[in-house]
Amino acid sequence: MGLFGKLRDKLTKVREGFAEKIESVISRRREINEELYEELEDALIQADVGVAASLEIVARVKSRAKELRVGDPSGLKPLFKEEVLRILGTETAPLLLPPGPPAVILMVGVNGTGKTTTIGKLAHHFREQGKSVLVAAADTFRAAAIDQLEVWARRAGVDIIKQREGSDPAAVVYDTLQAAKARRADLVLVDTAGRLQTKTNLMEELKKLRRVSGREVPGAPHEVLLVVDATTGQNAISQAKLFGEATGVTGIVLTKLDGTAKGGVVVAIKKELDIPVKFVGTGERIEDIMPFNPAEFVAAIFD
Amino acid sequence: MFSSLAEKLQETFKRLKSKGKLTEQDVTAALREVRVALLEADVNFKVVKDFIARIRERAVGQEILANLNPAHQVIKIVRDELALLMGGENARLNVSSKPPTVIMLVGLQGSGKTTTAAKLGLLLKKQGRRPLLVAADVYRPAAVKQLQVLGEQIRVPVFSGETDPVAISVAAAEEAARKGYDSVIIDTAGRLHINEELMQELEGIKAAVKPHEILLVADSMTGQDAVTVAEGFHARLGLDGAVLTKLDGDTRGGAALSIRAVTGCPIKFAGVGEKLDMLEPFHPDRMADRILGMGDVLTLIEKAQSTIDAQQAAEMQKRLKSADFNLEDFLLQLRQFKKMGPLENILSMIPGFSGMKKLREELQFDDRDLLWTEAIINSMTPQERRHPEIIDGSRRRRIARGSGSTVQDVNRLLKQFEQTKKMIRQITSIEKGLKKGVRPGRFPFIC
Ligand SMILES: Nc1nc2c(ncn2[C@@H]2O[C@H](COP(=O)(O)OP(=O)(O)OP(=O)(O)O)[C@@H](O)[C@H]2O)c(=O)[nH]1
Ligand SMILES: [Mg+2]
Repeated sequence: MGLFGKLRDKLTKVREGFAEKIESVISRRREINEELYEELEDALIQADVGVAASLEIVARVKSRAKELRVGDPSGLKPLFKEEVLRILGTETAPLLLPPGPPAVILMVGVNGTGKTTTIGKLAHHFREQGKSVLVAAADTFRAAAIDQLEVWARRAGVDIIKQREGSDPAAVVYDTLQAAKARRADLVLVDTAGRLQTKTNLMEELKKLRRVSGREVPGAPHEVLLVVDATTGQNAISQAKLFGEATGVTGIVLTKLDGTAKGGVVVAIKKELDIPVKFVGTGERIEDIMPFNPAEFVAAIFD
Repeated sequence: MFSSLAEKLQETFKRLKSKGKLTEQDVTAALREVRVALLEADVNFKVVKDFIARIRERAVGQEILANLNPAHQVIKIVRDELALLMGGENARLNVSSKPPTVIMLVGLQGSGKTTTAAKLGLLLKKQGRRPLLVAADVYRPAAVKQLQVLGEQIRVPVFSGETDPVAISVAAAEEAARKGYDSVIIDTAGRLHINEELMQELEGIKAAVKPHEILLVADSMTGQDAVTVAEGFHARLGLDGAVLTKLDGDTRGGAALSIRAVTGCPIKFAGVGEKLDMLEPFHPDRMADRILGMGDVLTLIEKAQSTIDAQQAAEMQKRLKSADFNLEDFLLQLRQFKKMGPLENILSMIPGFSGMKKLREELQFDDRDLLWTEAIINSMTPQERRHPEIIDGSRRRRIARGSGSTVQDVNRLLKQFEQTKKMIRQITSIEKGLKKGVRPGRFPFIC
């Protein structure tokens, strides 16, 4: 099973929730009418796409259908696919890594979205590509967060730089970057404490981590990945916006797509804030991560 | 992006009011906007559908349309129906007549079970009970350690050891009976409601220890899927209630509504901060106000009463209401708020505050801001504090020099003060409108 098949398999639930709803709406109808479009809107809203984005997608499908003189409801499906892809973009958004090491990736997000787990998975992912990886235990706040990251570092076979619980996260980042330079590590993954995007003082702390990184390694952090739980509703847009403003988010990792959550929030975020999804998490095992490819994602959803 | 429901409704109805009398079409158009606002607050789609149908039925009734102020009437109907959907009164924990009472926490990964277990432990301990925490999450790396660390912080013992969650739970219940713990709180591993094997494990724990209370711990930021998840857990385990976490952010928390509306399980507690004492009994009517963007005045009052003495609180209310609310009051109020916890939490409980986006951005206070505000106000003469309107350019320069800040800082402070004053006036008028027909004393703060 290639990556495509695997993704499709993983996204069965998403497909059920999303495309099949659309499909069921379409197949119940003989003709295209207002009521049908309204039901399609509802289906998108139920997938967490958000009201504004849903209305826009349907409005465009409508005008395209008119343009192309689509008479049969089944002709609407490819149009939907086209519209979602238009918003998500067709290309995989590449990681912005610098020409010379170390590349620094900062992971941020609200509590419990999967930052630490994703770092474990990414460390493994990059190790497989032959890269040397260091992880920074900069969540010095949550109880046993350091122990948790340690387990993941061991599983991935990478080194961890840590201090005691309660120490200054910026100091941990500083230490890690020094070590990365000394050891010529290719990649540094920084775990941060979960925080709600509205806590201004905690967002300041993230800005400080950014500043420290930039001082030690020019251009760092090269990627700031916002980890978003796929079950999150419209608040994910606020997360992307406020974390984006404070830390310059460069991409999103959408986790927990193995559940029944429909992942439509990705569409809303891309549309509202133009932040691309770079990886998706599909389980709790170390290999349950893959780069996000919009075309495959939409194909997996619609076919 | 997230203008509040109340704000939206008021806009809608202001537009309608300019037309004079309302027709049924007007109401339909307005309800369409209500629908959008609810969906933007992540209220479940099907719940919204039923809800709108019910409101329409009530709102199209003669009395409303003929009323001089239909906007307020409809907002009131929406609010009451919201509170009803969420279950009216606060629901308490089940307590076993024969101790120990066993409480089991279940939910998706990352929803906040471990923290909630510790918070609940602390809450029960403060009520004079003797809780025992049980670390039954043997899967997530360092989950047991996390609970142990938290247990130590609140000085509540943590039971751990075996590798099988069912065995751990049974052994813990026995230990509790033996050692006289009257409450057992089981922290289980996060899991997907569609994971057959892990759901069976929960059924196994349930069968073995017969918990008196199975609580679903749900993230308040959950979207449309909240209902599916809650139904999934409810079908397998028969939930007794839910705990809503991470309510201290800017989520409107529509999931709360939906869980209760769909499963019938009351929401018993709400997590409102990372600190372990930040777990509050859940009050549906107050949550309705929050979803509407009307703030949570009652919680604010309770907080004020527990941190400030009654006389001071009464004084504060009076000042807030009075037309000559001045900079001295402003400073006093800021200081008192500060004592009640993070300022942003407190401010979000003020009616209308969460809806006023611009104001919210301007009022981003933290500790440093408070010091700075104090410094500036302290550099003013008493006369200036009581009559801010006399503060002209040269006074501003003097105040800036005296407090080691800039004229811009002084300008900003004065603007914030003006905004606050405006907000209070606005709220007062909203409340006055709402008060008609609302049970007396609903908004003791400002009526
Ligand atoms: N099913 C599923 N669970 C996941 C996925 N990613 C993470 N999790 C689980 O989500 C829970 C929280 O993950 P963490 O990695 O601890 O999240 P975090 O963001 O680091 O949490 P804090 O540091 O506490 O804010 C854990 O139980 C993980 O196993 C995923 O893709 N699918
Ligand atoms: Mg973490």
